[in-house]
This record gives sequence, structure tokens and C-alpha cells, in this order.
Amino acid sequence: MSKTEIWQGTLALMILKTLETLGSLHGYGIARRIEQISGDRLALNYGTLYPSLLKLEQEGWIISEWGVSENNRKAKYYKLTRSGRKQLEREAKEWNQTTAIVARFLEPVEDQS
Amino acid sequence: MRKVRAWLLRFKGLFLKDDHDFADELESHLQMHIDDNIRAGMSPQEARRVAVMKLGGVDQAKEAYRDRATIPFLESVVQDLRFTFRQLRKNPAFTITATAMVALGIGASVAIFAFVDAALIKPLPYKDPSHVLFVTETTPEMPRAALSYLDYLDWQKLNRVFDSMDVYGQAGYVINTAEGMEMVDAARVSAGFFHTLGVSPLLGREFHAGEDLPEAPRTLILSYASWQKRFGGKQEVIGQSITLNETPHTIIGVLPQNFHFALVENAEFWTTLNTGGGCFTLRSCHNLNGVARLKDGVTIDAALADLTRIAKDLEAQYPDSNLNQGATVAPLSEVIVGDVRPVLLLLLGGAGLLLLIACINVASLLLVRSETRRRELAVRRALGATRARLIRQFVIEGFVIVVAGSIAGLISSHWAMQILRGFIPADMIAGMPYLNDLGLNSRVLMFALALAGFAAALFALTPSLRLTTLDVRDGMAEGSRGSAGKVWTRIGSKLVILELTTAMVLLVGAGLLGKSFYRLLQVGAGFETNHLVTMSVSAPRTVYGEDEKAVALGRKVVDQIKSLPGVRSVAVTSLLPLTYNGNTIWIRFAGRAFNGEHNEVNERCVSSDYFKTLQARLLRGRTFTDAEDLSKPQVVVINQTLAKKYFPGEDPIGQRIGDIDLSPGSIREIIGIVDDIREGPLDSDIWPAIYKPFNQYPDSDFELVVRTAPTEESLITTVSDVISGIDARINISNQTTMRERVNNAPTVYLRRSSTWLVGGFATVALLLGVVGLYGVIAYSVSQRTREIGVRIALGAQRGTVYRLILKEASVLALAGIVIGTGCAILAASLMRKLLFGTPPWDITTLIGVAALLGASALVASFLPARRAASVDPMSALRAE
Repeated sequence: MSKTEIWQGTLALMILKTLETLGSLHGYGIARRIEQISGDRLALNYGTLYPSLLKLEQEGWIISEWGVSENNRKAKYYKLTRSGRKQLEREAKEWNQTTAIVARFLEPVEDQS
Repeated sequence: MRKVRAWLLRFKGLFLKDDHDFADELESHLQMHIDDNIRAGMSPQEARRVAVMKLGGVDQAKEAYRDRATIPFLESVVQDLRFTFRQLRKNPAFTITATAMVALGIGASVAIFAFVDAALIKPLPYKDPSHVLFVTETTPEMPRAALSYLDYLDWQKLNRVFDSMDVYGQAGYVINTAEGMEMVDAARVSAGFFHTLGVSPLLGREFHAGEDLPEAPRTLILSYASWQKRFGGKQEVIGQSITLNETPHTIIGVLPQNFHFALVENAEFWTTLNTGGGCFTLRSCHNLNGVARLKDGVTIDAALADLTRIAKDLEAQYPDSNLNQGATVAPLSEVIVGDVRPVLLLLLGGAGLLLLIACINVASLLLVRSETRRRELAVRRALGATRARLIRQFVIEGFVIVVAGSIAGLISSHWAMQILRGFIPADMIAGMPYLNDLGLNSRVLMFALALAGFAAALFALTPSLRLTTLDVRDGMAEGSRGSAGKVWTRIGSKLVILELTTAMVLLVGAGLLGKSFYRLLQVGAGFETNHLVTMSVSAPRTVYGEDEKAVALGRKVVDQIKSLPGVRSVAVTSLLPLTYNGNTIWIRFAGRAFNGEHNEVNERCVSSDYFKTLQARLLRGRTFTDAEDLSKPQVVVINQTLAKKYFPGEDPIGQRIGDIDLSPGSIREIIGIVDDIREGPLDSDIWPAIYKPFNQYPDSDFELVVRTAPTEESLITTVSDVISGIDARINISNQTTMRERVNNAPTVYLRRSSTWLVGGFATVALLLGVVGLYGVIAYSVSQRTREIGVRIALGAQRGTVYRLILKEASVLALAGIVIGTGCAILAASLMRKLLFGTPPWDITTLIGVAALLGASALVASFLPARRAASVDPMSALRAE
């Protein structure tokens, strides 16, 4: 995948997964983490991260509170709620199913009789 | 659920903005990024530049965030609202005028509609009220004549169209209270009456079948108001006994609070008919009216046909009593509100027109504003505002005005309703119990909402129409006046014609009503209505029931009152004039062929000074003397109509008339002819009438008429005191003056009130229409200043300029008047029922109104014309 813009639903899934893995984290940290995991193959526009975070918070999957970063900077920390954890499970499952189906379509043609 | 929660949060975000929070978050984000970048070896400037770039721009990030935090569409609506409020605050004169006009129109319409709703829309408080019919007899003279008990029994038994049929009659009882004797309004009904109406008592039970027969114990049902007033609303009232006219009655039930039956006014007690003896055994004695419940699937026409068939059979069977006695059937609601319906619809129409004209006026004000904001709009358009967005701005502005106006209108309509209801005379209110719960109910509110919607649509539409012609470059050009001004003048002048037309219709309506009212008051009553005190006197029958005693009481009352200072003359009668045509008898002429026809005439029993007291004119012969009592030969005075109808070319004096059998006891000699006295309402016909001496047909109940000096009001209590002084057990009621009676009579009241209300609407409409015309002409002058300046500079006379402007105005006014005249005649023919002695195309009214409107239009256009004529050509040309 080239340095692609990623779409909203996928971004939301990535955010939820990141928060599940790392617990409580600020927006900047989430952004860096997503880039790291993708092996710098995703060019994330950091500005698009915040509306996604807000949406997740409005829907109740995550909550936020102000805290202090490792470098003593004031930062807003996000973490998963219990329902957010379940939502992540659901979305991950759906994602796996979707990709599995799409993958089958893309299998080499000669495999078919 | 999650989605709903998110939307709610975003909606909340519209009003509770926390931009700082996100600004802080963004700042901390940037700081952390910059820290990292510096750690990676960038210079501070470079670090910041890269961080911001990676963010995609600080403002862009903020905007993206805000779009998610709120609802962008609503966000801009809120912006428009804020802008509108700012605009409206800056122009308080416009805001107040527009809101007040909307409030006026909506307030008047809603108030009138509340009456229409209470009277015409809200169903009667009975089960399936549309099945309940009013059933009674009809004669050639009276479209609705009372029903006789024996006829009723036959109708009830023989009809095939009703589930049930019952009868009722008005009654009055004297009861003993702590304050003394009191006369109480009541009704007497056949046993199934409440069953037929489909009303169950709140407490206790209905009448059982047979409870109206003479041998049954006497029972009564209380109205809710009476239960509250006399028994404190106590449950134990059931089974208690109360004495009416010295006969004990057992209370068996209480009617529900919402029950009303307008045809029996103020009835507190509902008793049974007690059908033994008297009138109930005579087929010719008509003292009841019927109600019936129609069988499912039967039409009113079918019911009428069935009853007519029965009436025909009865006519053949009992020709003496039932000749020409037909049947009539109508929905009960029709009988109750039939008289007020045209008035209410007229007023609703009037209020609607007023609302229309008010809305048009506000719409033109909005147009003018859109015109003066041309440059602002052009700038916004040039800066990228879409046309839809600009139109929305106007829609929102109209909406705000409508909301404010509607709220003000609703509040004022609440007051207006109470005030209007307060103006209705007490006697009439008694016949309109359906007005008791007049108010802003859900139907009225829906109506108000619909009106507000209409107004909002109108206000949104006009400037939008205007906007579609907006040309950006044209609008931006300094002082330009391209096509836009003309467009407005064109729309505006159409609106003005509509306004003037509406005003014309209302003015003509008011004029015709006023003329009808005047005509009605010009109708001769046949007697002098001023300085006359009247009251009803009811002496206990047990004491004064015998003829001699009643005669003696009558004489005593007359003599004692006559000697009071300020009293000119006194008389008693069985029924006052200007009440109703009725209480009739059938007469027959001695010595003439007779084939059973019913010569129905009003019958009144009056004392010797009656004609003198009324100042009625004696045309021939003489009137009674006080000495002509039971011991003297029977005599009678007839009115002129009777003389003309039954004695054409003959001298009635000395002729003898009697009852339908010419029974010896009924024969009396005609001794005089009086000029017609109007016994019915002012708009009714004169019927033949006979006047018998009270002393030969005495009664313990009678009406008193007292001719007084010009200060009649002061004598009312004195006269009452004198009667009470004669015997404290005598009940006196309806103490008033004849003038009051005339003024409060329904025919007069309905006409007067509708004249005043429509007149008020018309005045406001005239004012609004003329102001509208002024607006258009003044605007047109302001647009043509340069042209006028050029004309003057080229040598045009002031007179020419005047003519130019006045011509423009008079074209509009003339169009309004001509179209208005046509519409007014149409509208007037719809209200023909309410006119009296005035045709809908009454030429003097039309000319008068046209002249008034024309003159007002002239005045309105004169001011701008003068301004045009006084334009200084030099400054007009330089101003450009």
C-alpha cells in the first residue's frame, strides 16, 4: 500500500485497537503509534484524527480526560470504555470477515477449475 | 441508540461551544510533535513548520473538528438566526410594526375562530350527537311550532325512523331558600329524555320509564351547577327531598359537568312532565318540543318523510286540532347554533381578510427591506454565498417575525375572547352554554399554527421571488438602479391592489351591516320604547290562583305603582311586545262560513291602560276600561293587521269572534282597533293579534310595564319594592327597561356586534391598505427622483409632476376599487341572511365606500407627490 489516505471506518478501528493495546493515550501518541504499526506506510493527516476521536467519544466507545504527558506536557488522554472494547471486538471480526471475502475474490484465477 | 446519543451531543454543541478545549488539545499536540522533531535534530522553526504541515493546517483541523462537534447545517441556521436578531434589533420600528401587524391579524382570527370552534365545530356533549334530532310540528305561520303531547305520543308510537323520541318543555319553579322565595329555571322532560340524548348522570340514575306519569312519585335530576351551588357538591344529595312549587321532589341524579342543553336556558332542575290533566289532554295545546335519536342508516330526509306521513294521518283523523299541522326535523346542533352560524362565519371571514391584509403589508415591508439591502446581498453573493443561503436568510427573518407575532397574537386572542364573550348580554349567554369552555384548545392552536405557517410561507416567498432577479454586478454598482427597483414596484403594486381590494370588501361589508342595523332600528315597534320599565311578576298560585284574587292583585299593583313619583302610567300584560310571535289561539268569526281553517293569531291579555302606557295608537273604537272584568260582557281589541286580513272593506267594530267551536263562553265583541304593535323581534313580521282584558282573563303570573319620566332606571328598584311590599311571597324577575331589552335582543345584538367588529376590521384594513399604497408611491418617487429632476430641469411644471405621481397612485387605487367592488358584491351575497332591508349591491354603500377609499388613497399619494414636485432639479441631478 502506498502512502494512502485512510478512510474513516478503518481509522476508527485502528484507534480503538491502539487504545486497547496501549491503554490510555493522547491524540499525538495515537497518531504516531498508527504510523509506526503501519511501518510508516500510512501517511496519516493528523488533523483528521481528532474528528474521529470526537466521533468515537460521542458514540461512547472512548472517554477522554486531561492529564500530563511523559515530557511534562499537558495532554488530553483517551481510553476505551467497556462498551468500546466490545465494539472493537465486533468491528475487528467484521473486518476480518470482509478482508477474507475480498481476499478470496483476489486469489489467482488458475486456482479455480 | 449510539447514533442518537451522538446527534444529541452534536446538537448540544450548537449552543454550548467549547472551542478552547480543542485549541488546548491541538496546542499540546503541536508541542509534543515539535519536541519530538527538535529531538530528531530540526531547528525550532523547522520543527514547528513540519508539525503544522503534518496536521494539515491548524485552522483546517479546527474546522474539521467543529464540523463533527456540531451540526454544520444547523450551525449556519443558528448563525442566520443571530444575524436576523441583530438586524431586527437595529430596526426596531420595522420589527415592532411587522410583529404588531402579524399579532393583530393572528390574534383577531384566532379569537374569532375560538368562537367558531366552540359553537360550530365542537360536537354537542351527547353520544353520537349527529344522530340527535330536533323534532317538532310546523304550521304555515310558524316554521317551528311546539308539539302537543298527544301528537307526540302518536309520533313516538308510529314512527319507523327513530330509536327513541322524547319531549321537553321549559319550566320555572318557586323554591324556599334561606333568603326567601326564589324562582328557579327548570325543564320538564319525558322519562327517556336523557337516554335519547345519550347522557348518563354523573351521580345517581336517569328517569325510569313511566316516571313521567301522574301517579309516579315526583323526582328530579340536578344540573351540575345547581348541585355545586345549592348542595355544595355533596354525594349525599341523592335521595334528598326538595320542595318545588310546594310539591316535594326526590333528587335522583346529578348531570355531568359538561352537559348542556341550550334550548332550555339555565335549567337547574330537570323534572318529569307529570302528564296528568290540562294541556296534556288537548291535542290543540302545543307546549313541548321533541328530540329524537335517528336509527342507524336513516337519513334526515327519510325521517322527515316518515313524520310527515304520520302528521298527514293525524290531520285526517283529527281535522279540528291538526289541520295544517306538519312535521319538521333538523339536527339538534342546527337548531342550537343556526342563528349564530352566519354571524360567526362572517366574522371569521372578516378576521381572515384582516390577517391577509396585515400579512401582505408585512410582506411588502420585507420587500422594501430586501431592496434597501440590495448591496449587502450582492456583496455576500460575490463572496460566495449561495442563492439558497441568501433566501434562507429571508425565510428565517420572516419566521422570526411570524413566531413573535403569533405568540403576541395568541396572548391577545385569549384576552379578546374573554372581552368579546363579556359583551354578550346575559340573556343570550344563557342560550349559548357551548361558549362555557371557550378557549385556546388544541383545535384552536392548530388553527393558529396553520395561520402562522401561511404567514411564514408568504414572508419567505416574496423576498425570494425578488432575489431570483438579483444581479450581482448590478447590485454592487454604486447608486445603481437597474431593473431591480422596477421589479419591486411591480410586485409591490400588485400587493397594494390586493390590499385595497381586501379593504374594499371589508368596508362594503361593514357598510352593509351598518345600514342593515340602522334599518332595523328604524323599524317601528308600534310603541314608544324609551322610558319604559318592565318586569315579570309571579305570585304564588296557591294564594292568587283564583280569578278574583288575581284581578285584585293586578289592580293593587297598578294602583300602588301609579302613585309613585315619576310614574306616568302602568299596565300589565301576559306577554311583553318585542319578545316573540307565539302564544297564539285559533279564532273564528261569528256569522261567517267556516270550514275548519286555522286562523292563528297572537293572543295577549292586557290591562286597561296597556295601550296608553305603550303609547300605541288607537285607530278606531275604544280600549277597555278597568271595570270590564268577569262580570261584564266579553270584549276584545284587535290589531290593524287582523282588521286588514279578516275584515277587508268591512268595519270590524261590533263584530264578534270566538274559538274554533264558537262555544258561547268564547264569544267576544271587537271594540277597538290599535295600530300594529310588534310582538316578535324587530326583524319579524307583524301577525294578526287580539288583546283581551286582563280582568276578564286574569293570571297570577304577568308582565308589568311602567311608563316613566326620563329617569326610568332609577325607578326599577322602587317599583320592585312596592310589589314586594304588597306580598313578600311574590317573585319578581327580569327587572329592566324596554330600551335594554331592545338593545340586548338577539336580532339587535348580533347585528350590532357584527357591525362593530366588521367595522373595526374594515377600519384597520383601510388604514393598512392606505399605508401600503403610500409605501409603494413613496418608494416609486424615491426611485424616480433623477427622472423627475430631469423633467423639471427640462421645464416640466410642478402641476405636471403632481399629475404624474397621482396618476400612478390612482391607477392602483382604481384597480383596487373596481376589483374590490366585484368581490364585495360577491361576499355580500354570501351574507345576505344578515342583511336587513339592504340588498348586497346597495348602491349608496358601494359609492360611499368607493369614495372613502378613493379619498384616502388620494391623501396617501398626495404626500409623496408633493415631495416629487418639490424636487430640486440641481441637487437631484448632482446626487448621481
